[in-house]
Amino acid sequence: MLIGFFIVVNSHNLIKKLMGISIFQTSVLLLYISASYVDDADIPILKEGVEQYVNPLPHVLMLTAIVVGVATIAVGLGIVVKIKEEYDTIEDDEILKKDLKSFADIEKAETKR
Amino acid sequence: MILEFVNESLPLIAKNSPALQVTFPMLLAILCILTRNAKTSFYITLVATAFCLLNSIYLYESTSNNGVISYHMGRWPPPFGIEYSIDQLNSLLIMVISFFALILMPYLSDSIKDEIDKNKICYFHCLFLLCLTGLLGILSTNDIFNIYVFLEISSLTTYTMISMGKDRRALSSAFSYLILGTIGATFILIAIGVLYILTGSLNLTDIADKIEIIESSNAIFGAFAFLTLGIILKTALFPLHIWLTNAYTYSPSFVATFLSATATKVSVYVFIRFLFSLFGYELSFEILYIGKILIIFSVAAIIFGSISAIYNPNIKRLLAFSSVAQMGYISLMIAVGTYLSLSSSLIHIVNHGLAKSLLFASAGAIFYRTGMVRLQNLSGIGKKMPITFAGIVVGGMSLIGIPLTPGFVSKWYMISALAEEQLYILIAIVLIASIFALIYVWKVVEYLYFGKIVKENNNIKEVPKAMQCTILALIFVNIYFGIFPELITESAKNISKNVLGF
Repeated sequence: MLIGFFIVVNSHNLIKKLMGISIFQTSVLLLYISASYVDDADIPILKEGVEQYVNPLPHVLMLTAIVVGVATIAVGLGIVVKIKEEYDTIEDDEILKKDLKSFADIEKAETKR
Repeated sequence: MILEFVNESLPLIAKNSPALQVTFPMLLAILCILTRNAKTSFYITLVATAFCLLNSIYLYESTSNNGVISYHMGRWPPPFGIEYSIDQLNSLLIMVISFFALILMPYLSDSIKDEIDKNKICYFHCLFLLCLTGLLGILSTNDIFNIYVFLEISSLTTYTMISMGKDRRALSSAFSYLILGTIGATFILIAIGVLYILTGSLNLTDIADKIEIIESSNAIFGAFAFLTLGIILKTALFPLHIWLTNAYTYSPSFVATFLSATATKVSVYVFIRFLFSLFGYELSFEILYIGKILIIFSVAAIIFGSISAIYNPNIKRLLAFSSVAQMGYISLMIAVGTYLSLSSSLIHIVNHGLAKSLLFASAGAIFYRTGMVRLQNLSGIGKKMPITFAGIVVGGMSLIGIPLTPGFVSKWYMISALAEEQLYILIAIVLIASIFALIYVWKVVEYLYFGKIVKENNNIKEVPKAMQCTILALIFVNIYFGIFPELITESAKNISKNVLGF
């Protein structure tokens, strides 16, 4: 989880940030799945002669969480595509510089009036 | 009266109304995309929001008469299946959010044509209905994992709607909101995971029963901490508020208007639910000191938000910082934790929504006509757009807390609650922040009405009739609830009694 968080905070490339988010969410999936483990148990599919099954509920919940993660990354990548069209870069320090430049341009245009 | 009518003539709707509240806008959202036409999808959205409001009124009457409504999805009994539980707290907030969704519909029809390509308007309507589904789902459900799913539904649609603003900075603010919002929601998911591992159940009332057994374990402190952190991010409380100011400034006007009234309030609802119904008052306030920690953050939010609002030349960013300050008021009242303070926070949730949506609607109307948001460029425009300016005046009066507006009612209850606990420093901070609000509201009013009209704005007319309709309706509702606040205050006091358990 902290590796993912570090990647989000430290990298300048927007796509690397999204990868960091993905790693961050994977750690939570592992948290739930690790909780479902039972010693000496079999996989949760009905079979003859099996007494103990692993808890299937966290697996199901994590399928939902994986889908949510996929949707988040998809929306994020869509926004990155549009950012590339508008700003011509996907490094966040250059985007910040261009934003500050547009603030400064607006100020100059107004003080001229 | 409504109750018997619906119960007898529409039994299918009456029995399944909690589920219909959430699934009807979801299904109509898909229908919106299938009709590629902007006009048809607008009518579909109108039908969906009208149904949501009527259904929410039915649910409100039903819970006032019959107590808690418990709806089992798919008829699976609660610990195994998902349960939707509607009590007074839920039904009031569901009604408030459906009301905002419906009253902003005329505003949506005109304001969106200016900011989004005509072929993409049907997609925007679909996103709006999905966002409404997500918000209503968070309010209705009693299953903690379901709260996470609906939270992510509403957040993802919000990120996309914000990125559709005209200014290119809408894209970078939507992206930073995405990163921060996902981290916050993942923290909430970690908290839900730890609670599930400790108790083996995902049902809120079930976990609340089992809390005494696990109270002494250290893991529950971890769950509480992760949950609080996620909620602080989602409600944009002081240190983690950066996404809100950028998102509301550059998004389409309708999006800022709708979100300022609903999105952060729903996260506050989740916090109230977890604090009082799940963890319980003793665990949250006496063992874990959430009150003292949250008071510090809230005071910082109030002071910082109000001061930042004074120095901002952009009208939308000024209102966004003002939202940060008002959310500080709401969380301050929750942190104090008494019966009167919790009811004042609920009253302020409703009243702030009314005021802020009116202010953002008026600011958006000005942006629609002039295309500019900096106050120097907008000087004197109040004389040309009288109805819009009336909206700003009434909304501003409500922010300051002048009598005849709902803001006065909520400030009155807040100060009574603080005086009862003898927290005089906090009373001083609330009043000083009201003075700051007076400064920035007066700054806006002075530029817009008493300034000289800039040359480019000489031919500005009033906004189209549909947008005027919404602004006038919101002004009327504001003044009505300022003079007759009984509906809101009595509900808030009842809810507060139920939630605190006496």
